Amino acid sequence: MPIVKSLRAIGHRSVNSVWRLGFAARFLALTLFYSGTSFRRFHLTVKEIFSSGVMSLIIILVAGMFVGMVLGLQGFETLKRYGSESALGSLVALSLVRELGPVLAALLFASRAGSAMTAEIGLMKATEQISAMEMMAVNPIARVVAPRFWAGVISMPLLAAMFSAMGVFGGYVVGVVLIGVDEGSFWSQMQGAVDFQHDVMNGVIKSFVFGVAVTAIALFEGFDAPPTAEGVSGATTRTVVQSSLAILMLDFVLTAFMFRGA
Amino acid sequence: MERTTLDLWVGAFVVAGLAALVVLALKVGNLSTYNVSETYQLQAHFTNVGGLKPNASVRSAGVLVGRVTSIVLDTELYQAKVTMSIDKRYQFPKDTFANILTSGLLGEQYIGLMAGADEQMLKGGEEFKKTQSAMVLEELIGKFLFSKADSAK
Repeated sequence: MPIVKSLRAIGHRSVNSVWRLGFAARFLALTLFYSGTSFRRFHLTVKEIFSSGVMSLIIILVAGMFVGMVLGLQGFETLKRYGSESALGSLVALSLVRELGPVLAALLFASRAGSAMTAEIGLMKATEQISAMEMMAVNPIARVVAPRFWAGVISMPLLAAMFSAMGVFGGYVVGVVLIGVDEGSFWSQMQGAVDFQHDVMNGVIKSFVFGVAVTAIALFEGFDAPPTAEGVSGATTRTVVQSSLAILMLDFVLTAFMFRGA
Repeated sequence: MERTTLDLWVGAFVVAGLAALVVLALKVGNLSTYNVSETYQLQAHFTNVGGLKPNASVRSAGVLVGRVTSIVLDTELYQAKVTMSIDKRYQFPKDTFANILTSGLLGEQYIGLMAGADEQMLKGGEEFKKTQSAMVLEELIGKFLFSKADSAK
């Protein structure tokens, strides 16, 4: 009976996805529950901040610089038509602080640090290091997962802030130094348009949410990966795809709440 | 890697991130221009506020003296009631003129205060009696067309 077979397939898929969703929620709850260790033994977290935050620094800074430079160039060409080149500063700063800074930094972080987290934990599982920890009565979630989670959550807003600041500098280099927009109006229009609470702090909140989402997805995929070479590679790919989608969807939701009707 | 070098790198990373946030707040954002001094509230009624928004600036002789805090419709007069908070350092005479002006042709709208000559000053909670509404481009064009039609007769 082909109809029974396909019905069974649908049932199997939905049960599986609900099960995975529940497992992911329980995993996140356990991570938060056992995160005391990552603050009591803070050097564990510091080590992870180094490998996920500090090591992502160069790609974040270079990408931020170039995004800001492109914004300066494109913004100038468009604004020139309306004779309002002096608004270049506010265009560059607002688009970076509100959207591009948090989103692009999170996308880069997901592919640079999130994939590494998944691969590391997946391999730890494949080489039975996780089981060995359990045998020694060391809780792997407290020892391995929670420090990585908090490292990602701490690093993400800092990286996004650096991305935005670097982007503003890139926009300044192209707009003021190379093209010759008036420096005074560049900064004063920017300061007139960017509100600290409404724009800068909402950007920080966004990047914090993205940090939670990316690290939670990366750690769950690593922990859930089948302990084979194929399984780890599939989990790494899924981390990048799912966290990128999660970032873009969450960004829409957050933007709708933060900037609508303002 | 050595524990101390690790700590050094992470410390530098955190400090750099916080520094970037401070740069965003002070150089890019408006935190440096926030008025920390005390303010008092003044009100004004306008027949039309045009595109005036809360948090728009209030200027006198081009100097920023306060911000618009709220714009509501007063249903007794069917006029817009604008509340603004003005820096305590600046006092204005009772017959001060409040205009809604536009910076540049298509720029932001703000409130311009033209000081009068009255000896008494406005106190907190009082109202500007003399106001001028925002210039609405469509109305101007309408007036211009009517005056053209009149002169053509």
